Amino acid sequence: MPAKKSHAMLLGSFLLFGSSALMAAPSASMLANTCAGCHGTNGISVGPASPTIAGKSAEYLKEVMEGYKSGDRHATIMNRIAKGYTDEEIALMADYYAALPFESAAEKQTFDSAKIEAGSKLYKKNCSKCHDENGTLAEDDSGILGGQWLPYLQFTMVDYRSGRSEMTKKMKKKVEKLNDEEIESVLQFFASQK
Amino acid sequence: MKKLNRRDFIKIAGTTAAVSTLGIPSIGSAASKKVVIVGGGTGGATCAKYIRMADDSVEVTLIEPNKHYYTCYLSNEVLGGARKIDSIKFGYDGLKKHGVKVVHDMVTGIDAGARTVTTKGGDSFKYDRCVVAPGISFRDNIAGYDDAAMQKMPHAWKAGDQTMLLRKQLEAMADGGTVVIAAPPNPFRCPPGPYERACQIANYLKNNKPKSKVMIVDAKEAFSKQKLFMQAFDRYYKDNLEWVSSFDTDGGITDVTGGVVKTGEGTTLKADVFNIIPAQQAGAIALTAGLADDSGWCPVVHKTFESTIHKGIHVIGDAAIQKPLPKSGYAANSEAKVTAAAIVELVNGREPGTPSWVNTCYSIVAPDDGISVAMVYNFVDGKVAKVAGSGGLTSLESTPDDRAREVQYAYSWFDNIVHDAFGA
Ligand SMILES: Cc1cc2nc3c(=O)[nH]c(=O)nc-3n(C[C@H](O)[C@H](O)[C@H](O)COP(=O)(O)OP(=O)(O)OC[C@H]3O[C@@H](n4cnc5c(N)ncnc54)[C@H](O)[C@@H]3O)c2cc1C
Ligand code: HEC
Ligand code: HEC
Repeated sequence: MPAKKSHAMLLGSFLLFGSSALMAAPSASMLANTCAGCHGTNGISVGPASPTIAGKSAEYLKEVMEGYKSGDRHATIMNRIAKGYTDEEIALMADYYAALPFESAAEKQTFDSAKIEAGSKLYKKNCSKCHDENGTLAEDDSGILGGQWLPYLQFTMVDYRSGRSEMTKKMKKKVEKLNDEEIESVLQFFASQK
Repeated sequence: MKKLNRRDFIKIAGTTAAVSTLGIPSIGSAASKKVVIVGGGTGGATCAKYIRMADDSVEVTLIEPNKHYYTCYLSNEVLGGARKIDSIKFGYDGLKKHGVKVVHDMVTGIDAGARTVTTKGGDSFKYDRCVVAPGISFRDNIAGYDDAAMQKMPHAWKAGDQTMLLRKQLEAMADGGTVVIAAPPNPFRCPPGPYERACQIANYLKNNKPKSKVMIVDAKEAFSKQKLFMQAFDRYYKDNLEWVSSFDTDGGITDVTGGVVKTGEGTTLKADVFNIIPAQQAGAIALTAGLADDSGWCPVVHKTFESTIHKGIHVIGDAAIQKPLPKSGYAANSEAKVTAAAIVELVNGREPGTPSWVNTCYSIVAPDDGISVAMVYNFVDGKVAKVAGSGGLTSLESTPDDRAREVQYAYSWFDNIVHDAFGA
């Protein structure tokens, strides 16, 4: 086992050396800082719509970027941006942003408390399994919904429900059970998490 | 008296800095790390903040004459009445919180040999690295467009008083009036800007002065996002907005002497409001410091944005030759970060890394209709290059829902970029 591992490591460094002989890749911070003009310094968006990207798991960030690149995930602009990066560069940025702290935007938004309450119940029943701890747990690899900007969540849900973006089969089953008002309630519940 | 006190203060501040450097043995005597930034606009402010974020042992002094910066971006919404001027006004307290020394003065000279920057106020600042980000100045391609003419026919291509002047003229204009926008020749700051402006003004007129018209008299035969803008003109402003190609006037507006506005072919134009946007070049201080070439813009090494003319000076933002990056706020912000990272490496005696850039320009063509152009850039053969397959325009067929989203995302971009550049 140890022998196999070091062989792989050797191969890895050989490849790295091979590409750096042409030109070194930009560093993770160099790549990631270019996103801040839209997503905020250190990935914390000051709103009012574009999402905070800091603190989500690297696995999730990579998957989403690949979705934009392939067109499986609908976008107004990220499809055009994601196509500018290699898988390696996306992985660098994903690790970089995953290591930065998420900050809730709840206090900068206004909500309807009746909706939050209704949303809380719907959440427990339909979403909590994969969006644990009120949607604040990065390790779920399903994004961070708790404390996200509400307009972004609303747009994303429109895309899922219209089929413009792909949902996992199990999430689709749950989402399909809910009507417009219920969806709005769950999203307000998520966005209001501090 | 006053001046003496100020000099004394600088002397004292200088000594304290020297003492504290001595107090850190690992730095040694060679490692003086003073950066002076000329111009506190989008490029300069971002660069100051990102140097301090990456290495707070670097002493950053930012010199800017104005206490407040008015963004040009979204100033077209001020002209259209959708937004108030205070919403595009930003101060320097955020940068001060990052430990940037902000000096309100005008830089009058940069001595690349002695590595000093001098100001109108009579002060002098030593640097190890200097960043020059003065934006643009105007060329004299339009005869008679002097300081007095600017007060009558505002350019509003630097935001603030000029924006308000043009807005007041639009408000004062009687219904049935004509507004003429003279769009400049390439290259200039914000290629889609004049056309977004025409949409914003046409939208205002449509709702408030329905018998009035806007005419763009262009010095070019083609322009940025042309198909998307033409679609918007047709969709929303069929009856009150007209674009006139340079081809039809022989070069657009070329003379405003004595308030008589003439095109290249000699026709006199009558209008109630003239928005004259002249041809452009690097900000005046970049020309004075000998940083520009014959084109009027400043050649730089793209890896670090260091001047190819004067070592130790980096030129960023509109003033630099950054093609294929455009002269935009997003690009200035992106160039500033590349330069900040390079300077942090250089003052620490290390080799700068490989750069990467992004640009996006949103244009709001109607209250619920936003369009954009985006691109990712990498570093190929010593130059900025577009990453093939990335970027491009909003689709002509994109849905009304997506167009409305782009407006919301344009506002988000605005809030985030000004916070990224000026925020604490
Ligand atoms: C109408 C309009 C709309 C626009 N819309 C967009 C948009 O939607 N998106 C986008 O990305 N870009 C947009 N832009 C372009 C954007 O505003 C510029 O590209 C950007 O501001 C360039 O940044 P800069 O730092 O080079 O210059 P600036 O932001 O102009 O800053 C230059 C600073 O230097 C200072 N200065 C000048 N000379 C001296 C001196 N001698 N000493 C000290 N300080 C000095 C000035 O006072 C100023 O504060 C728009 C521009 C216009 C005109
Ligand atoms: C011009 C603005 C802009 C730039 C630049 C930009 N983004 Fe985005 N990003 C958006 C918008 C808007 C969305 C929402 C989807 C859409 O409509 O495109 C988004 C969505 C995302 C999401 C999905 C968030 C989630 O919770 O699922 C990720 C991840 C992301 N961007 C990463 C990046 C990275 C990494 C970069 C830098 C390489 C970047 N973005 C640059 C505007 C931008
Ligand atoms: C079976 C697991 C599962 C269930 C149940 C589930 N989700 Fe998800 N959800 C995911 C995964 C995985 C992702 C991320 C990848 C993707 O887009 O498919 C996600 C992504 C999302 C996103 C987009 C996040 C972003 O930042 O872009 C939203 C919004 C969302 N879910 C809402 C809900 C709501 C509301 C419910 C309950 C009605 C729910 N989900 C139930 C697994 C689930």
